[in-house]
Amino acid sequence: MNVLQLPLTRRTFLQSSLTASGGLLLIPAFVRAAAVADAPPPNPLGLFLRIEPDNRVYIGSRNPEIGQGVKTSLPMIIAEELDADWTLVTVEQLPLGINFSGPTPQWKYGPQGAGGSTSIPEAWADLRQVGAQARWLMRSAAAKRWGAPPESVSTRESHAIHADGRRLAYGELIAIAATLKLPADAVPLKDPAEYRIIGRPQRVVDAGEIVTGRARYGIDVHEPGAFTAVMLRCPYFDGGIASYDDAAARAVSGVRAVVVVPGPKQGEPFTANLATGIAVVADDTWSALKGRAALKVEWTRGPFAGESSAALDRQCDELLSQTGQIVRDDGNFAAARESAARTVQARYRVPFVSHAPLEPQNAFVHVEANRARVIAPVQQPAGAQRAVNLVTGIPRPAITVEMTRVGGGFGRRLSSDYVAEAALISKATNRPIKLMWTREDDLQHDFFRPFGHHELIATLDDTRRVTGWTHRLASASKYYRRADVKPEGQWEAELYPDDFPARLVPNYRVEWHSVTSGIPRGSWRAPAHTANAFVVESFLDEVAHASGQDALALRLAMLGADREFDYEQHGGPKFNTGRLRTVLERVAAAIGWGRSVPRGRGIGLAAHFTFGGYAAHAMEVEVLPGGGIVFHRVVCAIDCGRPINPLGISAQMQGGTIDGLSTALNLEITIKDGCVQQRNFNDYPLATMAQMPKDVEVLIIDSQADPSGCGEMGIPTAAPALANAIFAACGVRLRNLPIRSQLAEARAHA
Amino acid sequence: MNTRFIVNGVERDFAGDSEMPLLWYLRDHARLTGTKFGCGSGICGACTVLVEGKAQRSCMLPVAAVAGRSVTTIEGLAGPELHPVQQAWLEEDVAQCGYCQAGQILAAVALLKRNPEPGPDDVESITNLCRCGTYVRIRRAIARAAREMRR
Repeated sequence: MNVLQLPLTRRTFLQSSLTASGGLLLIPAFVRAAAVADAPPPNPLGLFLRIEPDNRVYIGSRNPEIGQGVKTSLPMIIAEELDADWTLVTVEQLPLGINFSGPTPQWKYGPQGAGGSTSIPEAWADLRQVGAQARWLMRSAAAKRWGAPPESVSTRESHAIHADGRRLAYGELIAIAATLKLPADAVPLKDPAEYRIIGRPQRVVDAGEIVTGRARYGIDVHEPGAFTAVMLRCPYFDGGIASYDDAAARAVSGVRAVVVVPGPKQGEPFTANLATGIAVVADDTWSALKGRAALKVEWTRGPFAGESSAALDRQCDELLSQTGQIVRDDGNFAAARESAARTVQARYRVPFVSHAPLEPQNAFVHVEANRARVIAPVQQPAGAQRAVNLVTGIPRPAITVEMTRVGGGFGRRLSSDYVAEAALISKATNRPIKLMWTREDDLQHDFFRPFGHHELIATLDDTRRVTGWTHRLASASKYYRRADVKPEGQWEAELYPDDFPARLVPNYRVEWHSVTSGIPRGSWRAPAHTANAFVVESFLDEVAHASGQDALALRLAMLGADREFDYEQHGGPKFNTGRLRTVLERVAAAIGWGRSVPRGRGIGLAAHFTFGGYAAHAMEVEVLPGGGIVFHRVVCAIDCGRPINPLGISAQMQGGTIDGLSTALNLEITIKDGCVQQRNFNDYPLATMAQMPKDVEVLIIDSQADPSGCGEMGIPTAAPALANAIFAACGVRLRNLPIRSQLAEARAHA
Repeated sequence: MNTRFIVNGVERDFAGDSEMPLLWYLRDHARLTGTKFGCGSGICGACTVLVEGKAQRSCMLPVAAVAGRSVTTIEGLAGPELHPVQQAWLEEDVAQCGYCQAGQILAAVALLKRNPEPGPDDVESITNLCRCGTYVRIRRAIARAAREMRR
């Protein structure tokens, strides 16, 4: 995305024009300029905003909808400033829009991606102005029609209202509005006290289509003439094909072709997460699967055939016995340790995990001589375009990317490896191809959240104040294949050195060790925060317990007075200790921190700053004699700035909590002989309803700050709050994830 | 030999491989894509359909197994109005990505048919997976639908 930028100077925000159907099309000026330069016909889906004579409003949503709710919340921002009647709004997914006519590619509709919880913060300024300019137009048109000064015209729910009570629907003002010249400068935005859409619960705009089975996902694409392909991929990391026999596969009824899809070679432009494999191309999915089952392949085992989870654990032990790369070093930790009244030290282990979105990877790609068409569930449509360009040589402006609804993202679809595969198969067969992955493909050929061993050391003085803190991590960085990241920068994906407790502890040291591994790695929802929050928030509890302090009081004492620190990693530029304190205090109050609980139960809490949002969890759990866990109460709090859609925010926090708990309880990807061992949900057991809390209470802080996203904030604190509650319940400290049978084993020993 | 069965009230006659899982027949041949593929192993339940009113994993059910039987998919659940379970799903704003929800809704319909007043433990007999973690709202929606359907 670094090559894409919005025009830096734009003074006109909207341009208007009449559509063939008599509607009014309102286009941000940068979109308009791009459309003219590219000279395609106006987008049939509507660009951002269209008002029809029947008063319906069509709003384009630019970012991929992966379940995080942006197809609802982004249009809410425009509709609010337009003063639209939300019940008259229809939302349409925009395709990828990049203007290539200038010296550098530029977004037509603004940034399009789903990652890092950025959709809302990136849209907040622009989309409000889009709506406000459209409202200005409606108000001015009504004033002209009535021959009244604009100040005498107000708006409400898609109507202009004269001071004397006369009303005109926006749809009736189109003809006049189309003759008006928009102001060159930004128009004033609404006073938030006037908001009628933002801040009020709005349901998922596609819900009606979802509950009737009409919502269209990538997997639902059936284009004329397309064949269905499935692939058999080499199970060994960076392995290849020694020999194969496809005679039986070709003999399967419905099979049309068998194609070798070579993996990337060193130095080739497209290298990310693409395995060598053989594609079976058929009339339908079942024939393709039968054909694949009939393939006989001998694989070469590649350079990582000896890799195993046990060997990686040994590698971590070895690395942590040495001194690694120091990435932050405040004060003098060694001196603090020397003079400490007490030192606390613990080692944690966080496993590889898979994204496992419920919709397996798939893509429709049609590669022709000079152009290509992509329809796919993606988190980075520009990345999909780039991938097709790199594997086919077709120039990016000739590659269209349409986005479907996405059956879960969790970071998996930030990579477009499956789109590249479909493009290679389409190119080889000269046919439109719908590539399907099975669940086994998805678990075996994911890129995984990095695994690591963490060692934490805290020093306390004789007043029990934390004087020193060291976080040592040995992990397999997710940046390992990034050509633009040097070895000495690999740690930046693994540790966020401005995270709590940086600056709150005078002697603070962060150290990283690089684990060598062949397993593909990448971003997994709330990337390194899931590992680091588990470790830091669990360890804080250990420090409190070891030094005889209350775990909440210790956290509050460390946070100290409310203040802002610079935060240079994603989610900055500032970290506010008061906002973290507030979410912590809210969950503590809600759960009744400090009250006594029945025997076998315990209360734990955790708080963390993730990508601009502040979240905390508190939970009361019971550990049964056999090691089972019962959730009696789960509370979370979120400060993500001004809440746009409270119903969507609570959904994200509930879902994030369950994602965090399910992952902590059950999930791990293990490696043996250079292959991933897990194959399906039987050995990668996502939690069912029965294992999860019956309720997750969500407290949304009523903030006035500019909004952050909220798709990732609910996960990081769920696991440590659970581990801390388990410790409070039964005295067993769980330092290795996943929890699985550890409690049962601990109980058996006791 | 052709396999005959009924899907959403319409008689179907399939001349293809009768070992094809019903899921792939529905998706690729009948183009009823509301029934989703999630695991292909009968675990996740994204492919849940009703066969004679009972919830079944269609990825594990060969077309031959539904010969002469009546299948209801998510597309055939609503009448002139939404089914109360679908309506409850809207009221509780259950869906996030939405991919598993057709299966969840049909599993809930089947549950409420055999147990109109399910308690929390009864609801937990539904083992359909939701990767987004909408379980809390699924519980609420089932409770709401049960109330509505008892009226």
